[in-house]
Amino acid sequence: MKQGLSEKLKKSRDALAGRLASFFGKGVPNAADMAMLEEALLEADLGWKLTEKVMTDLPALCSKQGLGLREGLAVVLRGMLPANADPPGDPRPLVTMIVGVNGSGKTTTVARLAAMEKARGFKTLMACADTFRAAAGEQLALWGTRLDIPVVTRPEGTDPGAVAFDAVASAVARGFDRVFVDTAGRLPNRKGLLDELSKVHRVIGKSMEGAPHRVLLVLDGSVGQNALQQAGGFASAVPLTGLVITKLDGTAKGGAVFAMAHELGIPIVFIGTGEGGGDMSVFDPVEFTGALVGL
Amino acid sequence: MFDRLAERLSETFRTLSGRGVLTEGNISDAMREIRRALLEADVNFKVAGRFVSEATEKALGGKVLKSLTPGQQVIKIVHDQLVELLASGSSSLHFTGSPPHVVLLCGLQGSGKTTTAARLAWWLARKKNRRSLLVACDLQRPAAIDQLEVMAKKAGAGFYCNRAVSDPVLVAREAINQARLQQYDTVIVDTAGRLHVDQELMDELVRVRDAVKPEEILLVLDGLTGQDAVNVAVKFQERTGFTGSVLTKMDGDSRGGAALSFAAVTGRPIKFVGVGEGIEGLEAFDAERLAGRILGMGDVVGLVEKAQEGYDHQEALKLEKKLKNNDFTLEDFATQMKKIRKMGSLGDILAMLPAGMRPAEADMDTASFGRMEAIIGSMTPQERRRPEVINGSRRKRIAMGSGTRVSEVNRLLSQFRDMKKMMKRMKSMKRSGIRGGLPGLFR
Ligand SMILES: Nc1nc2c(ncn2[C@@H]2O[C@H](COP(=O)(O)OP(=O)(O)OP(=O)(O)O)[C@@H](O)[C@H]2O)c(=O)[nH]1
Ligand SMILES: Nc1nc2c(ncn2[C@@H]2O[C@H](COP(=O)(O)OP(=O)(O)OP(=O)(O)O)[C@@H](O)[C@H]2O)c(=O)[nH]1
Ligand SMILES: [Mg+2]
Ligand SMILES: [Mg+2]
Repeated sequence: MKQGLSEKLKKSRDALAGRLASFFGKGVPNAADMAMLEEALLEADLGWKLTEKVMTDLPALCSKQGLGLREGLAVVLRGMLPANADPPGDPRPLVTMIVGVNGSGKTTTVARLAAMEKARGFKTLMACADTFRAAAGEQLALWGTRLDIPVVTRPEGTDPGAVAFDAVASAVARGFDRVFVDTAGRLPNRKGLLDELSKVHRVIGKSMEGAPHRVLLVLDGSVGQNALQQAGGFASAVPLTGLVITKLDGTAKGGAVFAMAHELGIPIVFIGTGEGGGDMSVFDPVEFTGALVGL
Repeated sequence: MFDRLAERLSETFRTLSGRGVLTEGNISDAMREIRRALLEADVNFKVAGRFVSEATEKALGGKVLKSLTPGQQVIKIVHDQLVELLASGSSSLHFTGSPPHVVLLCGLQGSGKTTTAARLAWWLARKKNRRSLLVACDLQRPAAIDQLEVMAKKAGAGFYCNRAVSDPVLVAREAINQARLQQYDTVIVDTAGRLHVDQELMDELVRVRDAVKPEEILLVLDGLTGQDAVNVAVKFQERTGFTGSVLTKMDGDSRGGAALSFAAVTGRPIKFVGVGEGIEGLEAFDAERLAGRILGMGDVVGLVEKAQEGYDHQEALKLEKKLKNNDFTLEDFATQMKKIRKMGSLGDILAMLPAGMRPAEADMDTASFGRMEAIIGSMTPQERRRPEVINGSRRKRIAMGSGTRVSEVNRLLSQFRDMKKMMKRMKSMKRSGIRGGLPGLFR
């Protein structure tokens, strides 16, 4: 039922390879193949600007290095990804703040990352600084029960900064290794809500110096060109250290996030491929860029 | 960052003069710009391709209207076609059977179904005086039932759930009976988010549908969606035969091209848009507004049309010549301001321009236009043609005559000087996009 990235990958690889004549050949790709490739890139949400760039760079690269379309494309795409430096050291506790637009998968990501860390033997805490959306606390609390991970929640309407502060302070006091702070969804053109986010970030720093050590922006894999505005907006409020792409178990490829990561130089760190507590993995550039265009 | 389609279009028409004919040769560049604008707005590439070839067909052979620049004309054709596509079918909800009328919501994870369900109940109560029962058929997502319960309270609607069962079909059936017993006239069923490729969950959705026999099935579509909107819409339509959609998160700054993809591949209407996170955030869908948004240009066609009313193209050509030869005088300046005033409140006109092109509103109110006209009116014809002769004593006289202050006269003169300087710089640019009747004032 659930379809993982590699399984999906195999299907789209077969599909595209079938269509591209010079797919495995060497040298300059032919025009028909390039047209097909353009469609694949656009369909993956890469956006026309980056698509045009790939289309311009690729033939030259292929002929210069004697590469086939397949290898050339892999080289070009992987070269566009910023280097990944996650996690940033090993402070205790390592505090991660999760941000993003409404419904992108933040809460589920908090649960999945916490589950990953718990499985690695780390003492992990989750905190719900979404005191706005109906039943946001209950949602994370249920995840806590399911995963057997403690959760800090406060009633709807509590100051989100206060929840974050309390959670991190108590994690420091009780010797936790990992803290994940969930925040309410917000659209980045809402100045007031971005300010609130900056404040939560600042307050966390008051409960532990240097925290939060990671700020991850969670993006829905089916997002379109608005991904760039999203990242720009959030980056203006908090120092983003990485990106998470969710819902890659569907037919969306996450190309808009790829384009944005390239443009803003923010690394993609994790990907989500399902609704379960285990459906999250560390970002693999080879697998991802492959799936992007069906290589 | 804001790409001005109008500007880019006018560039592509540099070589086409006033009364030419739109041909394949001169229109192809413009259409490439349109395609890019659509792609930037997240319209699916296949839909964009088809759309552009249809627009080209419509534009070909068309005479360039006297009153419009070719760029404006292409925009108008494209805009009208967008509206036509987007406005297919009717919005709002249609109930023809006997109560309780059932609305079923479906869609991908996190698209806004639960929020929309509660909003619909609120909207139906306020606008149609209906009593709705909200039904929690999402038994998957943690706390989904609690979320709907809280929102039902906010909406002042009834709420039904059964935490003891795990089959949504069962809950749905029970809810319909409840609605009959308690005489609710509308039942709104919230379902779990699901992927269009998840066979098992799509089957479940079909079973829920068959159990409740909805009169309206709405696909809740995230307004931030990219190319995938097509796959989602097609698959959900295949399985559920939905009657329309709700486009959420339109309070964001996405261009909303997913709506066009949806409309083009399903032929179903977009009935509502969702804005904000409040219970009242449901708005009737407005095709004109969305068309402008997709093109990234505000209500451009409205502007073009409004400008046409107060403006004659022949006159514009004369003016353009004057601008080019740099013999644009204060007299012409006054005429321009009168034109603008005739077109309505300046605020209205400014509001139609896309954000990036709007001048600071403070120095652009209509009242100050009136004063500027008065100042120019108090000048002698010679002063109007050659403002450089206006010395200190003349300034005092003009200020007295127009009931303004010398400082205002000074400001007007320096504004006019700046404008002429700008015009000089613009000389190289032959035509500019939506200038219409407003040369210089907005650039
Ligand atoms: N298929 C799939 N669904 C996902 C994935 N990640 C999250 N979801 C689902 O997406 C929906 C929204 O997820 P949440 O984690 O509640 O999203 P959120 O960003 O916290 O939402 P708000 O707090 O309301 O802004 C839920 O139904 C999740 O089960 C994923 O990787 N794949
Ligand atoms: N800004 C904004 N947020 C919205 C809008 N509609 C819904 N939301 C938010 O988007 C998030 C997801 O909405 P839900 O109603 O929970 O979405 P859902 O489709 O029921 O999600 P699942 O049940 O997990 O599939 C919540 O944070 C909502 O508050 C909207 O029009 N604008
Ligand atoms: Mg959440
Ligand atoms: Mg829901």
